[in-house]
Amino acid sequence: MSETVLDVRDLEAGYEPGVPIVRGASITVSKGEIVVVLGPNGAGKSSFIKAIAGLVPITGGTVFLDGKDITAAPAHTMVRLGLAFVPQTENIFPLMSVEDNLKVACGILERREIPARIEEMYAAFPDLVRQRRTAAGNLSGGQRQMLAVARALIVHPKVLVLDEPSAGLSPKFVSMVFEMLAGIRKSGVTILLVEQNAKAALAIGDRAYVLVEGKDRHEGVASELWNDPVVAELYLGQRPSRAGKGGAA
Amino acid sequence: MSLQFVVDGLLTGSMIGLGAIGVTLTYSILRFSNFAHGDFMAWGTYATLTVVSAIGAVFGKVAPIGPLSFGWPLLVALVTGMAFTALLALLLDKVLFSRLRSQGQAIIVVMASFGASMALRSLLEFTFTSRPTYFSRAIQIAMPVGFGIRITPDQIALLLLTAVLVLGVHLLMTRTQTGRSMQALSQNAALARIAGIDVASVIRVTWIIGGALACVAGVMIGILVQIRPFMGFDMLLPMFAAAILGGIGSIPGAVLGGLIIGLAEAGAVQLIGAEWRAAVSFIILMAVLFVRPMGLFGVRER
Repeated sequence: MSETVLDVRDLEAGYEPGVPIVRGASITVSKGEIVVVLGPNGAGKSSFIKAIAGLVPITGGTVFLDGKDITAAPAHTMVRLGLAFVPQTENIFPLMSVEDNLKVACGILERREIPARIEEMYAAFPDLVRQRRTAAGNLSGGQRQMLAVARALIVHPKVLVLDEPSAGLSPKFVSMVFEMLAGIRKSGVTILLVEQNAKAALAIGDRAYVLVEGKDRHEGVASELWNDPVVAELYLGQRPSRAGKGGAA
Repeated sequence: MSLQFVVDGLLTGSMIGLGAIGVTLTYSILRFSNFAHGDFMAWGTYATLTVVSAIGAVFGKVAPIGPLSFGWPLLVALVTGMAFTALLALLLDKVLFSRLRSQGQAIIVVMASFGASMALRSLLEFTFTSRPTYFSRAIQIAMPVGFGIRITPDQIALLLLTAVLVLGVHLLMTRTQTGRSMQALSQNAALARIAGIDVASVIRVTWIIGGALACVAGVMIGILVQIRPFMGFDMLLPMFAAAILGGIGSIPGAVLGGLIIGLAEAGAVQLIGAEWRAAVSFIILMAVLFVRPMGLFGVRER
């Protein structure tokens, strides 16, 4: 058993007091893993990882990152604690150049380190180099997603958390995004992601959880979950498959 | 038509532009129209005047710098006044705006700023009376510079000061981490937090810059025109018109908007008479809102 990076226990969270959306969900993510959180629409997947990232008020349970309690940490301190979050939409600053999008995220890095770190990101995402002076709002859907991921990775996070990275992308970009995530894991970054596109996510994931009505209801090895009858049942009889909705955002 | 209106317009435009920077920053970062911004100008000017008088009481009469109407005391007082106005803005945010902001309704904050504006202005009238006062009553000789234009040394100095301040703020916004954080916060507050930006500290910087520049704009009015409790309030319409003309959130836009409105006002005074001066900002504001609501440098909200 490898070292646990992220340990979420009995998490309860919601925007309104007394109306929890996440109702006692627990997951663990070990170092170097890709863990996928699946679930039907409205299962609270998105709220679950937003709560972990400090964006939805937590009303119960704990979140530990590398053994440190980060349950009550404000969202802006998360990158310093080692957790980088990529939202599903509006995950770039549209009027700032690609380069400024990266620079603005470097607040916790040493000043000397920043230029080299930006070049490393360009090396990892060569598509962005040509666009470094372009306003990020003018990028294609796939490039935006790359920039959003690069922005999160630039601060050397212990865990990269993504909310539906393939949502709204055309099929071509969907496979590109998942290849990118597999590549990032190879470089040693631990990944937690929520996905609607279960098939593609399970193909690159190590383990997966199925979240239903705000609770983790099932857990398993990613490669086996696709054919797991329990998963099909939890999706209320639907196959948990949904291709990209088509059309780059 | 005499070209003198160019100098007058650039000067008025500088005052409007420096004020509009604060308006545009508050609007884009805190998402509300701060109607108390003009009163920051007036408070900054009276604070500067108070320090000038205090220095005068301690050091006696100080010789002016070269051909200017003022000496080092005004410069020292201006820096003190800028710090004071920045603190006033921070204080008002802490006791009033930040509490209302957390309730999430922008209109409440706007109304509160309107109330704060009246309170601040009345306090000035109460303390200093509404009688106009001046930094200096010395008359400066305007030098001819060709094309029928005359300009005083004070006016040249203040135009240069404006240029330096505007360039400084522009560089701060585009070249520093603080500036990028301000841009980020204005474009997407949630993502700014995710990217590790401490929103509270960026908001503080916004008030400090807006307050300090409001003070400079006020002192310029004080030097070139006169000091009155209503001096800032009367600038509200031109400042908002400039910020909207330039495009909300844009520093160069706010300044350019200020200069355009200043020049238009000065031109209108020459062409159709001084009584139409106040109408100019209003007409420009309406025209921008009808024709190009995102302003010159603005971007359409999506």
